[in-house]
Amino acid sequence: MEVEAAKLIGAGLAVVGLGGVGAGIGNIFSSMIASGARNPAAIPTVQGFMWIGFALVEAVALYALLIALLLLFVF
Amino acid sequence: MAQTAEQTVGEGTAAASELTEIEHAEQAHGPLEQFEIKALTGAEGDQLQFYHFTNSSLFMVIGLALVAGILLLGMRRGHLVPTRLQSVAEISYEFIANMIRDNVGHEGRKYFPFIFTLFMFVFAGNMLGMLPYSFTYTSHIVVTFAMAAVVFIGVTAIGFAKHGLHFFSFFLPAGVPVFLAPLLIPIEVLSYFTRPVSLALRLFANMTAGHTMLKVFAGFIAPLGIVGGIVPLALVAGLTGLELIIAFLQAYVFTILSCVYLNDALHLH
Repeated sequence: MEVEAAKLIGAGLAVVGLGGVGAGIGNIFSSMIASGARNPAAIPTVQGFMWIGFALVEAVALYALLIALLLLFVF
Repeated sequence: MAQTAEQTVGEGTAAASELTEIEHAEQAHGPLEQFEIKALTGAEGDQLQFYHFTNSSLFMVIGLALVAGILLLGMRRGHLVPTRLQSVAEISYEFIANMIRDNVGHEGRKYFPFIFTLFMFVFAGNMLGMLPYSFTYTSHIVVTFAMAAVVFIGVTAIGFAKHGLHFFSFFLPAGVPVFLAPLLIPIEVLSYFTRPVSLALRLFANMTAGHTMLKVFAGFIAPLGIVGGIVPLALVAGLTGLELIIAFLQAYVFTILSCVYLNDALHLH
C-alpha cells in the first residue's frame, strides 16, 4: 500500500474517537440542564464547572484532530 | 502529492514540512497559509532568523499595547463611580482576583500579577486572531508550550520551595493501601508530567483547528455562487460566533487550570 493511501486511511481512523467526545459533551450539558431544572438556584454555581468541563472534553476532540493532521502533514 | 510526501520525510521538523506543503499547495489560498510566520524586516527571500521582527511579534506587541492601554487609560483617574473604560479594567481585575481566591485561596494573592498577565496575554492573542487578515500568535505550539512550561516549572519550583522534599507526598494520596503504591505512584507522576503538554496542546489545537475550519468553509463561498454560497456563509458566520466564545473560554480554561495546578503545589491536595 502506498504511504499516501495509508496516511489518508490513518487520518480517517483517527477521527473515530470523536464519537466518545460527542457523548461526553452531551453528558455535560444534559446533567447541567437536569440539575438546573431541579434547582434553578444552583445554576450560577454549576455554570463555571460546565464551561471548564466542556473545554476539557473539547480538547480531547482536538487531540484526535491533531493526530489526523500529524499523520497527513508530518509523516 | 507523492513528491511532497517524499520531500517531507527527509525533513525533521513539523514547521519545515508545513512550509514545504504550503509551497506546493495553491499559493496564498490554502487553509494553512494563515499560520505561516513571515519576517517583516530584512530582505525578501531571506531565511527566517531569530532577530527578525515577525508578524507573530507584531501581534504580540499589538496585544500588549491593547491590554496595557485599556488598563492604564481606564485607571488614569480613579473615579469612585467608574467610567466605562475604568469599568472594563475593574471587571477584568475582579474576574481574575475572584478566580484566584476561589481556586488558590488566600496565599494565591501574591501570584495575581502572573495569573492576570497569563490570562490577558492569551485572551488578547485569541481575540486578535478573530480580526480578518490578522495572525493568532497563540496558534503556534511554541508559544503555548513556552507559557505552559513556565507555568509547570514555576508551580513545581513553588511547591519545592514551600514544602521541600515533602512535595513528593503529592504523588501518593492519603488513605491509599501500601500495596497499591508501586502501581499508583508512576501513574500519578506520569499524569503530573502530562499537565504542561495538555495545557499547551489544548490552546494550540483549539486555535489552529478553529481558524483552519473557518478558512476551509470560507473557501467554499465564492465557488458556489450567490445562491449556493448562502449555506457556507451562514456556517462561517455561526462558526465565527463559536470561535469568539472559544477564544474567551480557552483563555479562561488555561488560566483556571494554572490556578488549580498552583493550588496543588501550595496545598498538596
